[in-house]
Amino acid sequence: MTHSALMKLSEKPWLWAFIGATCVWIATIIFTGGQGAGEILSAALSFGTFSVIVGIGQMYVITLGPGNVDLSIPATMTFAGVVSMKIIDSQNSMILTGLLIALACGAAVGVFNYGLIRLLRIPPIIATLSSSFLVQSSAIAYGRGLKIKPPPLLADFSTTKILGVPLLAICVMPLAAFMGLVLHRTVYGKSVLAIGQNPRAAKLAGVRVDFIRFATYVLSAVLAGFCGYVLSGFSGGASLNMGAEYLLASIAVVVIGGTSVAGGYSNLPGLWGASLFMFLLVTMLNTFGLSAGVRLILTGAIIVGVIVLAGGRKN
Amino acid sequence: MISQLTSPRLLRSLLPAFSLTVILLAIFYLQPRAMSYFGLNLLLNLALPIAFATLAQMCVITVNDLDLGIGAFVGFVACVGVTWLNDQPLLGFLVLAASILAYGAMGALIHLRNLPSIVVTLGMSFVWLGLALLVLPTPGGKAPAIVTAVMKFKTPFVPMTIYASIAIALIVHVALKRSAYGAVLRGVGGNPQSVARASWSLVRAKITMYALAGFFGVMSGISLIGLTSAADANIALRYTLLSIAGVILGGGEFVGGRISPIGAVLGAITLTLAGSFLSFLRISPDWQIGAQGAILIIVLALRTVINRSEARKLA
Repeated sequence: MTHSALMKLSEKPWLWAFIGATCVWIATIIFTGGQGAGEILSAALSFGTFSVIVGIGQMYVITLGPGNVDLSIPATMTFAGVVSMKIIDSQNSMILTGLLIALACGAAVGVFNYGLIRLLRIPPIIATLSSSFLVQSSAIAYGRGLKIKPPPLLADFSTTKILGVPLLAICVMPLAAFMGLVLHRTVYGKSVLAIGQNPRAAKLAGVRVDFIRFATYVLSAVLAGFCGYVLSGFSGGASLNMGAEYLLASIAVVVIGGTSVAGGYSNLPGLWGASLFMFLLVTMLNTFGLSAGVRLILTGAIIVGVIVLAGGRKN
Repeated sequence: MISQLTSPRLLRSLLPAFSLTVILLAIFYLQPRAMSYFGLNLLLNLALPIAFATLAQMCVITVNDLDLGIGAFVGFVACVGVTWLNDQPLLGFLVLAASILAYGAMGALIHLRNLPSIVVTLGMSFVWLGLALLVLPTPGGKAPAIVTAVMKFKTPFVPMTIYASIAIALIVHVALKRSAYGAVLRGVGGNPQSVARASWSLVRAKITMYALAGFFGVMSGISLIGLTSAADANIALRYTLLSIAGVILGGGEFVGGRISPIGAVLGAITLTLAGSFLSFLRISPDWQIGAQGAILIIVLALRTVINRSEARKLA
């Protein structure tokens, strides 16, 4: 009985992310003597939601197979945040327009990325990296470093909590569930998985490989644009380095969440577990009152350790 | 004869030198005073540390991986350089040697567990940054006198950077492109299966390349403090992206073990000059990173054009 339960557990690598998150959370509240247990969880859900949003896009891209990764996510977030906040100019009436602008910024970056990959035959990592330079520069030049306040309604939306659960997380959960369905139940999702498992076989089976890859890079960039928009609302405006931490976060939540780095197999629920784990880990290290240096070392070491344990695929 | 001169292979290998010449001529045209010993010295001041970091990145790219932590590592080395290496040289040496071994161990881990190098090196960048903060919590320190003396040594005719760059490029070229084991190392990037079948150890090759990357990272950090004489933990974070751009500019292919040490050094110098070139053009510093992205894309586009003409000739 226990044996088969263990077998089941090892078949679900994403469960580890939730188990890890729970352990870290328990360690934190033992240290605080039970104080702030709920608040910590609520904050983790708030911040974790942003990682999940960009994580979904990154997961789709990584599922396309080895060498596929989107390094332009941080720059796209910044760009979309800066442009939409400047155009909205703190007016409530412009919220919807701003959202569309942020999504359009993302879509434009995605189209540009895939143009580099397809037309110039640049490997995706280098293509998204070089385009991120251009996108980041555009954000700097356009935003001039001014932090424009988000419209009050957007700020409220992204910071409101209902019974301790962030409204944003409540809204993103159906989105995540929907993207999970898309992956496993639609022609598009199955094509992404097929390309990740064997691009040649997928092509021979009639999958429109170019179109699917194009759609996936655009999807990732659009989600990054969306994340930049809501994150600007959450943190009182768009700043030029707001995307920086999401380079590691977007890749790490995908890998820790149980998605295969070799492509062709992905796991959406794991993104939530991994995002919570990443935030709770940092919170735990902060609560322990460690110095900045030790905190960074432990964050890095634990992330590498978890990936060594969870992410290794067999040769 | 003419067909030989226009052969894609030759054109491709001349591309890095061509880009460097173009940017150098443009600088001399815009600012004729740069065409002097003093002017060159100023322009190329920071070229050497960037060239070393680029060679480090090249070693990792040779075996089809990517190092997103090299900038943080160079920063760590710089911090050790201005503290321990100056106060207790023996301890400093041991720490730097240990960090090279750690780089080798990271290569072994990535290979044995088949992990994505981007995630592991990105995670490790936190560890290096944390260690650097522990070693040197606030900017400062003092570079060992001998390092400063070597880096500021006035060589006859042209600045020291030029002699040093030529020497390093040739040494690494001979080691990787002209030696028997160098061919094996590059083969690991080209076709690991056949290298393994020829009974070469893949893990040893990966350890060698990662340890070499660590060695060049150490050289980069030490040469950097020779110029700045003080350091801080964030001093070299931008080297991560610069080094990747340098390798690609220098004709390195992202996969397949096709690299060029001479090209990488030329690429690093081109990127160092690109900054000055843009300020001579009075382009706002906002566009500095963007221009690096644009240069990268242009060079890659040129290479695609050359490759296509090659494919057409073969067909």
